Amino acid sequence: MSLKVSNLTVHHGAIRAINDVSLEIPTGKLAALIGSNGAGKTTLLRALSGLNHPTHGAISWMDQSIIGIKAELLVRKGISHVSEGKSVVPELSVRENLELGAIWRRNKKESKESIETVVSIFPRLGERIEQRADTLSGGERQMLAIGRAIMSKPQLLLLDEPSLGLAPLVVEQIFQTIRDLTNSMNLTVLLVEQNAMGALKIADIGIVLNLGSVVISGEAKALIDDPAVRSAYLGY
Amino acid sequence: MQLINTILIGITAGSIYALMAISMVLVWRSTRVINFAQAGMALLSSYFGFEAVSKFGSFWIALPVAMIGGALVATLIEMILIRLLVKHSSTGPIAAVAPIIATLGLLGVIRATASMIWGGQDVRIIGPVSNDGFTVNGTTLVFSPLKLLILITVLVLMLILSIIFQKTNIGLALRASAYAPEIARLSGIKVDWVRTLGWALAGATGAVAGMFQTINGNGTLSPDSIDFSLLLVSGFIAAVIGGLDSLPGAVIGGLVLGLMISFVLMYISGGLFFIAPFVILLLVLFIRPQGVFGAKAARRA
Amino acid sequence: MHNKQSKHTLLFIAGGVVLYFLSGAVDELRVYQGASIAVYVIAISSIILLTGYSGQVSLGHGALMAVGAYAAAVARIELNAPIIACFVIAVLAAAIGGALLGAAAARLTGPYLAGATLALAIGLPSLANQFSILGGEQGLLFDVGFPPLSLGEEFTQYKWFFWIAALAALISMWAVKNILGSRYGRTWRAIRGNEVAAALCGINSARSKILAFTISAGIAGLAGAMLSMTIGTVSPSAFPLALSFSLLTGAVLSGITTLGGVMIGAVVLVAIPEIADSVANRLGSSERVTTNLPGFLVSALLIMTVLFVPNGPVEQFRAHKVKKANSKLEKK
Repeated sequence: MSLKVSNLTVHHGAIRAINDVSLEIPTGKLAALIGSNGAGKTTLLRALSGLNHPTHGAISWMDQSIIGIKAELLVRKGISHVSEGKSVVPELSVRENLELGAIWRRNKKESKESIETVVSIFPRLGERIEQRADTLSGGERQMLAIGRAIMSKPQLLLLDEPSLGLAPLVVEQIFQTIRDLTNSMNLTVLLVEQNAMGALKIADIGIVLNLGSVVISGEAKALIDDPAVRSAYLGY
Repeated sequence: MQLINTILIGITAGSIYALMAISMVLVWRSTRVINFAQAGMALLSSYFGFEAVSKFGSFWIALPVAMIGGALVATLIEMILIRLLVKHSSTGPIAAVAPIIATLGLLGVIRATASMIWGGQDVRIIGPVSNDGFTVNGTTLVFSPLKLLILITVLVLMLILSIIFQKTNIGLALRASAYAPEIARLSGIKVDWVRTLGWALAGATGAVAGMFQTINGNGTLSPDSIDFSLLLVSGFIAAVIGGLDSLPGAVIGGLVLGLMISFVLMYISGGLFFIAPFVILLLVLFIRPQGVFGAKAARRA
Repeated sequence: MHNKQSKHTLLFIAGGVVLYFLSGAVDELRVYQGASIAVYVIAISSIILLTGYSGQVSLGHGALMAVGAYAAAVARIELNAPIIACFVIAVLAAAIGGALLGAAAARLTGPYLAGATLALAIGLPSLANQFSILGGEQGLLFDVGFPPLSLGEEFTQYKWFFWIAALAALISMWAVKNILGSRYGRTWRAIRGNEVAAALCGINSARSKILAFTISAGIAGLAGAMLSMTIGTVSPSAFPLALSFSLLTGAVLSGITTLGGVMIGAVVLVAIPEIADSVANRLGSSERVTTNLPGFLVSALLIMTVLFVPNGPVEQFRAHKVKKANSKLEKK
């Protein structure tokens, strides 16, 4: 009962963006995937949610292989992906963006209840529920993006740089919410981050990716104390 | 009196252009293709309508037949041609022109096929009510019961479409897939099928435009009909005025265009029938290149 | 560079000599078809210059051809101008029209430009009905006169058409080839590739797009005058929307970015009616099918080409050769 990636290789044209990556995240744990620009973090995440097609290797979720399954079908298996850069539809209202997350279940009543849940987590979204998403601030958009993912009642949440372009105070808030959600909804989370320190602080597991390969992985606390990680990614 | 006449004629014609513009916008939103074959598809659908009229003798049976036929044709085209097009010709110098060329080719194929089946001569579709103008205070208007009926039907159709788009899950899926296909996929929407659905809706809408264009004119239909060339150009121009991405924009674009053409023909010269839309298009593009309702960056995308 | 240019010139002269002997060896129908091919070569090269190199789409070249044709005919009738002057006037008139259209076009891209030029293609020929000098629906006569007696008694009218058209085709191909190889050609390709990057390199993209449109229109005008020479009249019905579409088909068949393939498109366009005829006859089908089969084939061919040989047969062949060479290298 976990997310398991073994010997995964993904190509971007002729470039090998992910090279023989293996990792495992137990159910209910929050894993932070850190690494510099171009390390392949986003590529890995997109492969997990079915947006990229791996050339080699295996991915299993809940002891089931999910390789080759399209993104739109993986949602039905409890995998929700919040892609990079505030993944909301700017032309739709906040409510419609949320409804989008539950659309595949085709159950209006359940969708309404889920909206209430999301609004209780992010009261700001409740205040702006009829506004168009492009009128929201960066932090609110990120909340909306996570809210949309929660609407589909996921078990595995894939987050791509939720802190990107946000003010430090807002980042802290978002990270705390992610931690709380992991606990309260018993989610398994893979959090891709540039903000290594912030991510490792809330994570159970830390994974460091460099040039398409896993260089270090282990308990997040241990990674924070690791001198090599410190100097390369935490900056002190 | 002449003024009222001009306005009413303009609005009726404009509402038909608006339907055509809606179908072009639907296609543009779902696959980012300007479908120059849309009028050809409308023509084909109108022939289906003609067959139904000859068989059942009722316009009100023929209209849904044309719509269903139009939707089926559009579905087939999307599933075969457009999907192949996306697969084969989305890179290289041809990428920018490939969809244009392919849909123009499609227009040619449809016209030639229609000519082979139904011949080059006119066939006749008779409207459900008279196209003789109303008489007010002893003067006869050009505005007729038929035009009134067209206007009402178009309004009802637009209302139905806007309910579908604003209030239903299908509408939400259509909009999300148009604006942000990747987010739509990540939300579990089968975007490929939503695209096909967009084409089907466009086919049905275009079919109504074709039927009405036929009965609003002299009631005849032929593969080289000037009415359909005009429908092609006007639908496109109305969609551009509306900004290509916006359904309300398409409606307003159609009405504005219909009125402008009507005024030009009535007050300047009847011979400007074909050149007027072109001039109007140029004016619009010069004043506001992104269309009246379009987003700023749309033109470069 | 200079060497290459003189090589091109020699090549075109050699082509002219071959055509000269060819025209004497075949029958009248073939000579007439040869003239049509030459007309298409001119018209298609104007499209290739515009679409393939400068990246702008025009569905209105039929209308620009009409402008050239009418200008030539009016000059012939009203001013009694010599035939060569008529052709020059055709080029100039269409180029002016092209410059105006180009000024509008420079603001537009892709589908917007296509739609605007489409509207022009539908609208402009009908304008002829507005002015009595243009002869309305019947159009104007355009008579280039009999071949000069010095060419001999057997020299037919069609052969004369062929000579003029072939010469015009050679000259315009030579001109296009040189323009594309010049600074302007490179500028256009840069803009087609990436307009923003080109602008950052100091290229005035609007100006050079307008220039492309102007030159292309001038060539189209020449093609229009040649077309009406072979028909003998200029009328709105000679420049239907279908003509603009055929030209685009020809350009795509030739390979939209390869001027060298231009003969392919021209020959196919001329051959299609004949092929369609024989197919229809073999099938023994009705007149309806026979008359519409050419249109059907042209359009179907257009779709097939875009789908399966999107960059044209010449480019396809080249890519195939490169691939083969690469795999050979790899084996070594």
